[in-house]
Amino acid sequence: MLDHLKKLVDFYEEVLSMPHRTEIARELRDQDDLFLLLLYSEMIGIPNPVYYYTLELYPYMIEQFHDWHLRMGMEKSPLSGIRCC
Amino acid sequence: MNAILVAIIGLIVFALGYRYYSKFVAEKIFRLDPNYVTPAHKYEDGVDFVPTNKFVLWGHHFSSVAGAAPIVGPAIAVYWGWLPAFLWVILGTVFAAGVHDFGTLVLSVRNKGQSVGTLAHRLIGQRAKVLFLFIILILVLMVNAVFAWVIANLFISYPASVIPIFIQIPLAIWIGFAVYKRKQKMLIPSLLALAVMYITAVVASKVDFMQIDLVQYMGGEGGAGLFGLGAVSTAFFIWIIILMVYVYIASTLPVWKLLQPRDFINSHQLVVGLAIMYLGLLFTNPEITAPITNVDTDTSWFPLLFITIACGAISGFHGLVSSGTSSKQLNKETDARLVGYFGAVGEGVLALISIIAVVTFFPSKEEFLATYSSFAASSGSGLGVFVEGASRLATGLMIPPEVATTIVSIIIISFAATSLDTSVRLMRYIIAELGVEYKMPALSKTHVATSIAVVASAALVLLPEGPKGFGSGGYLLWPLFGTSNQLLAGISLLLISIWLKRLGRNYLITLIPMIFVLFMTLLAMFQQVVFEWSWFGSNSNTLLFVFGAVIFVFAVWIILTAFSTLTKNIDDSKTIK
Repeated sequence: MLDHLKKLVDFYEEVLSMPHRTEIARELRDQDDLFLLLLYSEMIGIPNPVYYYTLELYPYMIEQFHDWHLRMGMEKSPLSGIRCC
Repeated sequence: MNAILVAIIGLIVFALGYRYYSKFVAEKIFRLDPNYVTPAHKYEDGVDFVPTNKFVLWGHHFSSVAGAAPIVGPAIAVYWGWLPAFLWVILGTVFAAGVHDFGTLVLSVRNKGQSVGTLAHRLIGQRAKVLFLFIILILVLMVNAVFAWVIANLFISYPASVIPIFIQIPLAIWIGFAVYKRKQKMLIPSLLALAVMYITAVVASKVDFMQIDLVQYMGGEGGAGLFGLGAVSTAFFIWIIILMVYVYIASTLPVWKLLQPRDFINSHQLVVGLAIMYLGLLFTNPEITAPITNVDTDTSWFPLLFITIACGAISGFHGLVSSGTSSKQLNKETDARLVGYFGAVGEGVLALISIIAVVTFFPSKEEFLATYSSFAASSGSGLGVFVEGASRLATGLMIPPEVATTIVSIIIISFAATSLDTSVRLMRYIIAELGVEYKMPALSKTHVATSIAVVASAALVLLPEGPKGFGSGGYLLWPLFGTSNQLLAGISLLLISIWLKRLGRNYLITLIPMIFVLFMTLLAMFQQVVFEWSWFGSNSNTLLFVFGAVIFVFAVWIILTAFSTLTKNIDDSKTIK
């Protein structure tokens, strides 16, 4: 009985939080997109004083890069250094 | 006639519609495939595209589409007797709304989760996109004006609801802080906030000085207000200004600060409201006192009934939700039946109880007819009767009548306020998009777009004058709201029909409701525009005439496009499957 009640409460909480989780995830993704742009700004001609350090993040970022350029409205990778597609 | 019996008949028809008709549509027409890879899986990104449990998705879909509209429409439409309103809600839900909501969902799922607007662009052409933006613009403008009018009127009629509603704002800010900064779960804080609101409602109903009654402050109904207006008109003016300032702030703040936490509190109210009314119905066991049909009327039920009840029978707004968010989160294609069709049934259940609350309220048929003496009178007082009627049902649960009226009015105001907030925000986005389309970059600035949205909405709600002077003419906007909503539904049904035709399936299930809805909309608008609002009409009004005429032209345009697109030979490369 208590288990069923707990399940019901969890279900209700999930229904309530669903649209808001989406909203927050979108905000977070927008910030991540901006961060990615800052990291790779040197490659598109915007000087970046910490390029040497951000370049070290390259292997960690490369997988997200493809999704990022698609979201930014670029069908193909804009950087010749990164050939994801 | 016994009201419980009517409710049971309605619920049985809904159940049969879901059990058999939606199954037929799902299997024979849409041919849903459990193995189809839905956009939620194909484009899963953790943000928009997230595979979601079907019951959770249904809960979300239902709470997004249910609001004040399925309450206000039926409360006005019982003017023609309870049977026509009942039949339109029941049959409209089963054969029109269900197929429409279900169909837009499936169409969108089969097309990468794209929205109805984008699909209109692909299926009909570029012109359709701009047309679509304008229709949505008119719809949200109507939503703003109508719901601002509803809220201001309820504040004036039920002054005890003012403080509980305004106390929601600091409570919402606190919840936003607790959930997003402290990472707490939202259920407990939002239930606590709801409890605080209802306790305040109980206290405010009993203690006079906690009722913010602007009319009384100015010396009662006969008192003099500001600028040479009467007390009621001044109170209306003040509430509209306060509301508009509020929506301006609310729709420009980041969503998590106020809008989302307010939503957390309000989502519970749908459950509370439905539970109070259906359980109350069971315990009070009332008789229906309203006439079955009322033929001795000043305005004919045909075709006005079909636009007076929009949400609750069929509503284009649902298509925006189906194709906007729900389609991107559908786990399996076969879940669309529950989410789309049963979502529409949920709305029908709300409209059904709203009819019952109104038609059981009066002690006798004569008293019903005295209040519902003309279409204008029923439009003006329908909502008030609903509040009283729903409170009567609530007395079955041992809730004192004065507390019940306050709580019911709080529930409606909360629904209306949520719609208002969202639609002002939506209007801002549309104005910005039109700014981009027509190369007017200033329009895409947040404060410019919001100012235009708020000023236009305020002007629309303040301008039409009714029998009781300034502010009492807002109800004239209700048919306009209905028509713009039905027009949108007509386009969505058209899109589904074109899609089905291209697949070589039977498209009559959407074509017939489409023709019905568009015909009624067109006829109703023609009558209103020509015989009521034009220069030689009985109730001449330039503002309403212009809006009505624009909607009328759009409707004609859509029908012409429908014919040309449906009969056109299909270029295979453009076929959407």
